[in-house]
Amino acid sequence: MSPTKIDVELVVNGQPRRATVEARKTLADTLREDLGLTGTHLACEHGVCGACTVLVDGAAVRSCLMFAVQAAQSTVTTVEGLSSSAGDLSPVQRAFRECHGLQCGFCTPGFIVSVTAFLEENPDPTDEEIRAGISGNLCRCTGYQGIVRAVKRAAELRAPEDSEGVTA
Amino acid sequence: MTTPALQDGHRPTGAARWIGKSVQRSEDRRLVTGRGQYVDDLNLPGMVHAHFVRSSVARGTITNLDVAEARELPGVLAVFTAAEINSPDHVFWQTMMGPDASYPPGRVLADGDVRYVGEPVAVIVAESRYLAEDAAELVELDIDPLAPVLDMVAALSEESDVVHPERPSNLSGEARADIPGLDERLDQAPHTFTETFRQHRYLCVPMETRGIVSTWDPWQEKLEITLSCQSVHETRLFYARMLGIPEIDIHVVMGDVGGSFGQKMFPEKEEHAVVIASRLIGGRPVKWIEDRAENLISGGHSREECLTMTVAVDDDGVLLAAKGHQIEDVGAFPRPGDGMAGGSALAMFPGPYRWSGPGSVGYLAQGAFTNTCGRTAYRGPWMMETTAREQMVDVVARKLGIDPLEMRRRNIISVADMPFTTPMQLQFDTVSPAETLEQAAELIGYDEFRKQQEKARTDGRLLGIGLSTYVEPQFGFGILATEATTVRIEPSGKVNVYTSTGSHGQSLETTLAQIVADELGVAFDDVRIIQGDSARTPYGAGTGGSRSGAIASGAAHAAAATMREKVLAIGAHLLEASVDDVEMSDGVISVRGVAGAAVPLAQVAAVAYLNTDAMPPGVTPGLEVSERYKAPLFMFSNATHAVTVEVDRATGQVEILRYVVSEDCGNMINPMVVEGQIAGGVVQAVGGVFYEHLVYDEDGNPTATTFMDYLLPTATEAPDLEYGHVITPSNTPGGYKGLGEGGAICAPAALLNAVRDALAPLGVSISEQPLSPDRVLRLINDAQASSRWR
Repeated sequence: MSPTKIDVELVVNGQPRRATVEARKTLADTLREDLGLTGTHLACEHGVCGACTVLVDGAAVRSCLMFAVQAAQSTVTTVEGLSSSAGDLSPVQRAFRECHGLQCGFCTPGFIVSVTAFLEENPDPTDEEIRAGISGNLCRCTGYQGIVRAVKRAAELRAPEDSEGVTA
Repeated sequence: MTTPALQDGHRPTGAARWIGKSVQRSEDRRLVTGRGQYVDDLNLPGMVHAHFVRSSVARGTITNLDVAEARELPGVLAVFTAAEINSPDHVFWQTMMGPDASYPPGRVLADGDVRYVGEPVAVIVAESRYLAEDAAELVELDIDPLAPVLDMVAALSEESDVVHPERPSNLSGEARADIPGLDERLDQAPHTFTETFRQHRYLCVPMETRGIVSTWDPWQEKLEITLSCQSVHETRLFYARMLGIPEIDIHVVMGDVGGSFGQKMFPEKEEHAVVIASRLIGGRPVKWIEDRAENLISGGHSREECLTMTVAVDDDGVLLAAKGHQIEDVGAFPRPGDGMAGGSALAMFPGPYRWSGPGSVGYLAQGAFTNTCGRTAYRGPWMMETTAREQMVDVVARKLGIDPLEMRRRNIISVADMPFTTPMQLQFDTVSPAETLEQAAELIGYDEFRKQQEKARTDGRLLGIGLSTYVEPQFGFGILATEATTVRIEPSGKVNVYTSTGSHGQSLETTLAQIVADELGVAFDDVRIIQGDSARTPYGAGTGGSRSGAIASGAAHAAAATMREKVLAIGAHLLEASVDDVEMSDGVISVRGVAGAAVPLAQVAAVAYLNTDAMPPGVTPGLEVSERYKAPLFMFSNATHAVTVEVDRATGQVEILRYVVSEDCGNMINPMVVEGQIAGGVVQAVGGVFYEHLVYDEDGNPTATTFMDYLLPTATEAPDLEYGHVITPSNTPGGYKGLGEGGAICAPAALLNAVRDALAPLGVSISEQPLSPDRVLRLINDAQASSRWR
């Protein structure tokens, strides 16, 4: 018996997209396999590591724990949607590069999406808030040293021009 | 710490514009934007998906395996068992170990019996992974369980059942340094102490699990493989041997690799099964991506071992002699060879201490097969020597009433002792153990902390400080002896560099480009590194053993230097100058001291390829140079770690207060990358000592099969690391030394010693890990119960 497939319409990285998927197919697999967005990575598939984090209607979500059908009519942002098509990096992406916030890079998309949402909520976090804020994402290479620095740096890069002089 | 400049005598021929600087990584732009290409990102036309049926029993006889119903499920292409996959013609030896080493019996899928929980029994190939997993539910597998062999010490007794009926016992291998008269020497010393240190099972756990896509082209009889690995060349050679396919008809690519730490050095059962399945199916790419549960139960295990150490010492704390007996649990099907790192542990066991010279330290290492997942290499696979030795130094120091720092000072070698021959007959030429010990002690404020600690103790608080010091080897023999680089200057003057190794996170696209840019005299941005492709790059062992820093870099220096000579010869000819008078910088060849006498590299390249009649006589056309660099047999780096902790007496929770690493990896190519490597290793050790534990129950079932049970450290558990750099250049090109494994080797003993020190007033002794809060509380309570509590 072939499982029934369902049409799912959603907006991904600003583009209206449609996928026809089984009800049991996760959002992560749909993004990766049906929509060709392989930047979202799977490292545990049980909601602990955070590598598959995407924004659904602005909130950071583990796309391995969500079915694609649950994301119907939602607005989804993946790591691919954070940088401009002209090749500019987002402040968080720039900061990860500047601060050696990645080595193998596999956990990185999840961190970058999580940190993007985190700084949206808390634009000027303390060190302790940063560590708590990224504690839902696992990295095995960096010992988190460069990642913590990158979040601080990203907060600086995101700060409006006029306040930069104050914080600097 | 500020970064000291490159030491004289080790500058590249060109100006040191890039080497020694924290250059931002070339890899990062694709990785931060989600444009990396890991194996699971490969989505090929006609691709099908593999899933394994695995044993849920540790040891037993297969009484029924029926795959008929699974084969009938729509969307299923095939269900293969040992009958289709296994062959007596398969050979399983790894190039590094050679055909004559000790190996577990070779088999791809379980055949007749099972030997660990997770052992693959059947492989299902279907149109999607979802369907393949559906089909697995339809496979009938019955196993009559037998009592499993689970304890590595008991496994070596004569009464033990054997894991592999093909072998006479559970001994996988042995490494020994027998010293005549050593026992008498130990007995007759002023003080002799014996302790046993145990280490629990913890694992590599790369964030990207293993994975492979394999396609057999039956018309050309060619095998195309993309996989997550550490060496495309080893993968190619392995399957050429195993399957009898000419090496030149196998193409292996690795793409981006999401970490490995030793786990992906050698292909294993699952990769073998997928390759063979793809050959049986023919024409369609077969993909297998390991899920996390599979990675935890069958991806390769590490660290479960014990070491009993006897030490003789005089009244002043001078170490006189020692012997060690190490047993490693190698599981059922370890890799490579017999699964042991005991030979390397033996070599490094004396550490950076004098002892009484050659003949004063003996060793026996044994590997024990058990009905558990096979052992695999993990970042410093031999690290038990440091873990035990450095704890032993603290134990002995305490028994003698000597401070552990002082005890080390009385025994450690320094730069002034070079060259130094160790008790195991290794020669150190450029290590600086005493210097890193002093720098670490100074950075952490050792004496000041002791005062704080004393005061805190009067307040009932438990503060502790731990030290650990070690020497890290990089091996340069056999397949590990060389790496190669091809430098190709293209007709435009831009530079492609083909390296025999391949990064799984080590930043080689950046560091090798820094070296070539400086050695050649071109801009960093004009250099591209090409890696991880068996058809495009020269043969090599791949990343592993902390060899890239010294050996792959040595090859990059050599190839760039040869290329530079050729470019200068052509440039001098075009400038009508003597080759001795020309130099190249920033891609421009010029005559020293003559303004305006210059020619761009692009022009030299154009001549070399497109106007070859203008070449100087005797110089071959084109700009392509290959060099294979042969490393010394052994290279060594070293470090000292110092850490302070506070133990919460009520909860057993250990808080790391400060963590200092003083290391000597010689000249640093990229300090940011150096510190990143150290940090990764140290925080893996934090995980191992306090959180991570792959537990088997009494039936041999793994009980940590998700990240909810197998606890990796997060940012809230990772300390802020502080670094000190002592720079003693090596004698290899550039003066570099490898250091990728050291953080994970040295940190466990430092952390354990710090907790030991904190709990010392309670009379607690520590011989087991992980130091989870409940275990720490139990240690405290046990000590109190035995009324050693003051």
